[in-house]
Amino acid sequence: MFTYLLRRLVYVIPVALGVSLICFLLVHIAPGDPLVAVMPIDATAEQEAEMRAVYGFDKPLPVQFGIWLGNAVQGDLGRSIATGRAVAPEVTRAVGNTLLLAAAASVIGFPLGIFFGFMAGYLRDTVWDRIITATAIAGVSTPNYWLGMVLVIIFSITLPWLPSMGAGPGGSSDWTWDWLHMRHLVLPAITLAVVPMGIVMRTTRALVSDILDQDFVQALYAKGMTNSGVLRHVARNAAPTALSVIGLQLGYLLGGSILIETVFNWPGSGYLLSVAILQRDLPMLQGTILVLAMFFVTLNLLVDIAQSMIDPRISRA
Amino acid sequence: MSALVEIEDLTVRFSGERTVHALNGVSLSVEKGEVVALLGESGSGKSVTLKSLMQLLPGKRTKIGGKIAFDGRDVLKLKGRELANFRGPEVAMIFQDPSLALDPVYAIGTQIAETVMRHEGLSRPDANARALDMLKRVRIPSPERRLSNYPHEMSGGMRQRAMIALALACGPRLLLADEPTTALDATVQMQVLLLLRELQQEMGMSVIFVTHDIGVAVEIADRVAVMYAGTIVETGTIAEIIKDPRHPYTKGLLAANLHGAVKGARLDAIPGAPPTLEEPPTSCPFAPRCPVAMAACHAARPPLISKGPGRAVACILEAESVL
Ligand SMILES: Nc1ncnc2c1ncn2[C@@H]1O[C@H](COP(=O)(O)OP(=O)(O)O)[C@@H](O)[C@H]1O
Ligand code: SF4
Ligand SMILES: [Mg+2]
Repeated sequence: MFTYLLRRLVYVIPVALGVSLICFLLVHIAPGDPLVAVMPIDATAEQEAEMRAVYGFDKPLPVQFGIWLGNAVQGDLGRSIATGRAVAPEVTRAVGNTLLLAAAASVIGFPLGIFFGFMAGYLRDTVWDRIITATAIAGVSTPNYWLGMVLVIIFSITLPWLPSMGAGPGGSSDWTWDWLHMRHLVLPAITLAVVPMGIVMRTTRALVSDILDQDFVQALYAKGMTNSGVLRHVARNAAPTALSVIGLQLGYLLGGSILIETVFNWPGSGYLLSVAILQRDLPMLQGTILVLAMFFVTLNLLVDIAQSMIDPRISRA
Repeated sequence: MSALVEIEDLTVRFSGERTVHALNGVSLSVEKGEVVALLGESGSGKSVTLKSLMQLLPGKRTKIGGKIAFDGRDVLKLKGRELANFRGPEVAMIFQDPSLALDPVYAIGTQIAETVMRHEGLSRPDANARALDMLKRVRIPSPERRLSNYPHEMSGGMRQRAMIALALACGPRLLLADEPTTALDATVQMQVLLLLRELQQEMGMSVIFVTHDIGVAVEIADRVAVMYAGTIVETGTIAEIIKDPRHPYTKGLLAANLHGAVKGARLDAIPGAPPTLEEPPTSCPFAPRCPVAMAACHAARPPLISKGPGRAVACILEAESVL
């Protein structure tokens, strides 16, 4: 177990390096000159060269990567081309807001998805199963930005119960743990939760249904286990796969909330990314993607470790 | 001796995509401390008979008729808690493939311990001690270490021993063994058979042992019931069946086995195939393959004719010889 953990931790290093390289290259390979947005239209060649030198764009790519990575490791993600402000604090705040939204959506989506998925699997081919499965399919196939807009129309405009813009009163982007701020979380979190909930529901249902067909379940009944005892075994058998699906969906919540953040003006990383893309703000873009990607890598690591703790076949085999 | 299990005219019909009349009037009794082998080709209804005894058949799609009495109790009427308490301490089962019948994500010791905790209300340390004791009794080497092993960490033979330890942990009065050695190598198969026989004598339980292999039946059983197409066609002691088979199907089996000479030869050496059982048989189910079949065999089902205590044959030739 310990050696497995160690090995798994060591594997993270090349993955993280590779991911950083891809983040770096993606942005540099993209067409268009990053300085266009900030350069005066009538800039001279010298002015342009000077500007390039300031941002380090004059050096060869490998050197640029080395410098960027070295700084990134120390927590310095450079300065925004568009605003001139340091990237790291802005990314930290935005990713923090995205994490907050993802966490809220997880708290809503995953327990419900698991619970109803389990019910549907256990009560398969009954009316309950059909109702739950139909709901899951509806959830997965509804475009979530559309759902977000519908919710805004109903709960913010028709019934003015909940705010629809920003992460705090007056569109503030600084989070505080009070109702005034938490109200802002409700609609985007629900909107974001629907698709992962449906996916987790369907996966759990399929898992449970598969496991119930396995011989060992009959053997459990044969040794006199009660329904609740058998369900404990089923849950433990379903957990590793369910966890990996949840991990993937968490990744989706982190990276895929861009539309929802736009609909709700949520000051998160998706919002930051969309602005950075429009402004060709290279350092901002790289920084945001890098931080998100590192969260992704960490998330995968955690899921793998949790899986290996539940399923002995993973680490010992 | 009094019968521990009395199966009377048991019928099982599966509905669903395909209707299967899996059992068509099975009657069998097992004495206390007796080992009965259920012998028959694949699909003859051996497993279904065992599963009926524990109510393990899928409830919705299965229609069961007849009666099963266990020590005077009506097994088919057990429900809920009563049924769960019956499974384990009264009747236990070992399965053909232990790698499928054990939960892959629980340690062997835990799987045994949870059973005795469930039935005898033991504390966890006491239950673990029982698990260890059981592993010793089935002679698993270094049992302390094996307690924390998972099924995939053991060999096939060890897994089957662990399965036996699990089944016997609550001291059942009847053990159902569904081809427990079929998936094992020949040498391991013999070891497991000897172990089972020994444990059976030690614990004094009754056993119904399902097999398609006459050689295995000879090793383990006191008495044999030969099954064909969801019916029992002949019963008798091992000696009676081997030396004096009466039913043409049993004769065919023995001949096939003798000519094949090897133990473990499959019982498919008789030309033809068993009926599909979409309809319940209205004539002798063996008639299409029977070398001595006559018109009367196609007209009606021959009854199981008693030839003395524990000896019976379902063939009209036997009825004639009585006349
Ligand atoms: N759960 C089930 N649903 C439908 N048909 C079944 C089921 N279990 C067994 N059968 C059918 O019943 C017949 C007897 O099966 P079985 O008792 O498993 O045979 P065997 O003698 O090889 O153990 C077979 O035709 C099989 O297909
Ligand atoms: S009843 Fe007729 S067909 Fe059936 S086994 Fe006897 S002789 Fe053969
Ligand atoms: Mg079988």
